[in-house]
Amino acid sequence: MPDIELRKRLLTVEEIFHEGGPVAAVPLRRAAAISVIANPFAGRYVEEIAFFMKTLEPLGLDMAQRLVNALGGDPSVVQGYGKGAIVGAAGELEHGALWHAPGGYAMRAVLGDAKAIVASAKKVGGPGTRLDVPVTHINASYVRSHFDAMEVGVPDGPRADELAFVLVMTTGARIHARMGGLAAADIRGEDGLR
Amino acid sequence: MNIRKLVTIVDEVLVEMGQPVAPPTRRAAAIAVIANPFAGRFEADLSALIETGAVLGEVLTQRAVAALGIVPEAAESYGKAAIVGEAGEIEHAAAILHPKLGAPMRAVLGGGAALVPSAKKRGTMGAVIDVPLGHRNAAYVRSHFDAMEVSIADAPRAGEILVAVVVTDSGRPLPRVGGLSTAEIIGQDGLR
Repeated sequence: MPDIELRKRLLTVEEIFHEGGPVAAVPLRRAAAISVIANPFAGRYVEEIAFFMKTLEPLGLDMAQRLVNALGGDPSVVQGYGKGAIVGAAGELEHGALWHAPGGYAMRAVLGDAKAIVASAKKVGGPGTRLDVPVTHINASYVRSHFDAMEVGVPDGPRADELAFVLVMTTGARIHARMGGLAAADIRGEDGLR
Repeated sequence: MNIRKLVTIVDEVLVEMGQPVAPPTRRAAAIAVIANPFAGRFEADLSALIETGAVLGEVLTQRAVAALGIVPEAAESYGKAAIVGEAGEIEHAAAILHPKLGAPMRAVLGGGAALVPSAKKRGTMGAVIDVPLGHRNAAYVRSHFDAMEVSIADAPRAGEILVAVVVTDSGRPLPRVGGLSTAEIIGQDGLR
């Protein structure tokens, strides 16, 4: 089983105070953790890759914990999440799909009983490729105020034989959310949707 | 000063060309997106932006150091940069960066004899700027010549300015091109 060769980590924290409207009493914070690792399947077609998901679990847990730490250390402040992957040119999109299970598992493990599906995006691209990571409420996917996306990228990655895996956590609604729909206060929290 | 958002980015290199980097090299950028009070018009007196530079020099340096999780004295190299949105002029970046931003940076770090390398440009949202880096006590330390690429997807808008301060606790990942080393710093003139 190939080990993880971690080349670099990026951690980005945004604090948004306003976007032309009233200054928020509590700024919205959005944090992204990116790990750039060697793609053990680059350059050829490998049929059996699913075992690598297990290998990725400790990496996911480490990234999820780093995000919580970057947001102050209290998991209860996290209200939104998302995940993504950028596959270097010598890999296939399916290699990005390896991140679905360990990425989601890791965030639920760190956040507790988050109920909603973790929204995701993936693509194949070269160094500097930008990825818009979709973000939704951690307990109810239909919460309209928390529909968002965070653009991320790595200036020097992923190289052709690398994978960039991304986790995103946020602390609240869009800064001037006012489009109605299901509100966070009205979440029933049973099915992960509403 | 009207800050719309603050962003910090920590870039850690653990492996370079297959070689472990231990301890990892780490660079932190602290970035503010502020309203440009002089957007869309010519203003002869830029002193408001000069004062903004003084505040940001302290706030952004503190944030970069905090993001690295180091004591300020452990900082090794630094740099600064600004991107002025399209309704501003390049001199607005100069007003923020040059007269007063450096002194509070050095105060936070507990010193810095070397010039703070800088870059500036006019640009639109998502514009990328390479923040030049040099050792904070001796500009000629070759292992610490570097740059950190930064950008923010939604900034600067036309009437905004993006201001970045970068602090590192290390040089390049695998330095091996000779020149002045950190062990040889005299640290008096800021150069060697």
